[in-house]
Amino acid sequence: MSVLGTLGTMAAEAATELTPADAKNVSAATNAGLAYGLAAIGPGIGIGVLVGQSVQAMARQPEAAGMVRTTMFLGIAFTEALALIGFVVFILLKFA
Amino acid sequence: MSSTLPILAQLQFPPIENLVEWPNFIGGDDDWWGFNKIALYNLTALVVTTVLFLIAGSKKSLVPRGVQNLMEVSVDFLDKGIVQQTIGHGGQKYIPFLGSLFFFILIGNVFSFIPPFLMPANARMANPAILALLTWAFFICVGIKAQGPKYFFNAVFPPGVPKALYILVTPIEFISTFIVRPFSLAVRLFANMLAGHILLVTFAVLCIALFTASFVAAALVLAFPMLVALTAFEVMVAFLQAYVFTILAAVYIGGAAHPEH
Repeated sequence: MSVLGTLGTMAAEAATELTPADAKNVSAATNAGLAYGLAAIGPGIGIGVLVGQSVQAMARQPEAAGMVRTTMFLGIAFTEALALIGFVVFILLKFA
Repeated sequence: MSSTLPILAQLQFPPIENLVEWPNFIGGDDDWWGFNKIALYNLTALVVTTVLFLIAGSKKSLVPRGVQNLMEVSVDFLDKGIVQQTIGHGGQKYIPFLGSLFFFILIGNVFSFIPPFLMPANARMANPAILALLTWAFFICVGIKAQGPKYFFNAVFPPGVPKALYILVTPIEFISTFIVRPFSLAVRLFANMLAGHILLVTFAVLCIALFTASFVAAALVLAFPMLVALTAFEVMVAFLQAYVFTILAAVYIGGAAHPEH
């Protein structure tokens, strides 16, 4: 428990003085996390809706399952690309 | 439990440059012709793909066995599962290009979880960028060959749209067909492989740091079970990304060759 007390003291000391490099790091980390977090919401919902509808389609007509599966993978690739562009923004903000 | 808290407080993630930048074997660090580990992995993927197909094609027996059987199953999968679904008739002449693309990307991705390598060759932007540009040039050339120079006109002014809507549709079609397609192909492959690699490195570093503290600590924050689960997930993502790149290339080629679909 004393470790947590030490960490708290270190945080309190550090918060009073921030060099410009540190301030840049803090804002980069915050914005990067915000960027990817917001970018992952839409594609998450999109892929959920897409796979749900394709499971329904496969249950209604099992003969068409192969074609539905192919189109499902295509749709997942398109929507996942949007989340991954957000991930690229995260990498650019945090490490460049 | 009290001996692991100080260890948890000192966990440090290695700087990202260690993950993605490798020093050159031959040549200085800034020479464009320098050869590093990622280039060696690309060369290995190329050699493995070529050797697999050369061995498979050398016997030509009527009842395939061994490597020939494996490669014939793969080409059959490409033919029925990818080409016939998207390009339809006349698509068989594109199987060599799509097959080479599929196997090169697949073997590069599979390096992500094989112990001597453990780094996907597509996690650096060079490989996906060049493959996406190659696919872009390929489908433009297929379009010009199938429809003549009118291909560009038909691509940005799709027939069957009421004339007043062309103001809205044409910029969208132009950007979507000629700019977003190669960009999204490259970024999709690159970001998937880089994200999987960073996840695996994070959990592996966490496991090692906890394991050096005490033997059972690696199971404490579920680090080791998560590592196993993420490696299984990475296997699936490797196959899926190769499949998705190939099927999107086939869709673009089909769209250029048979625009009426």
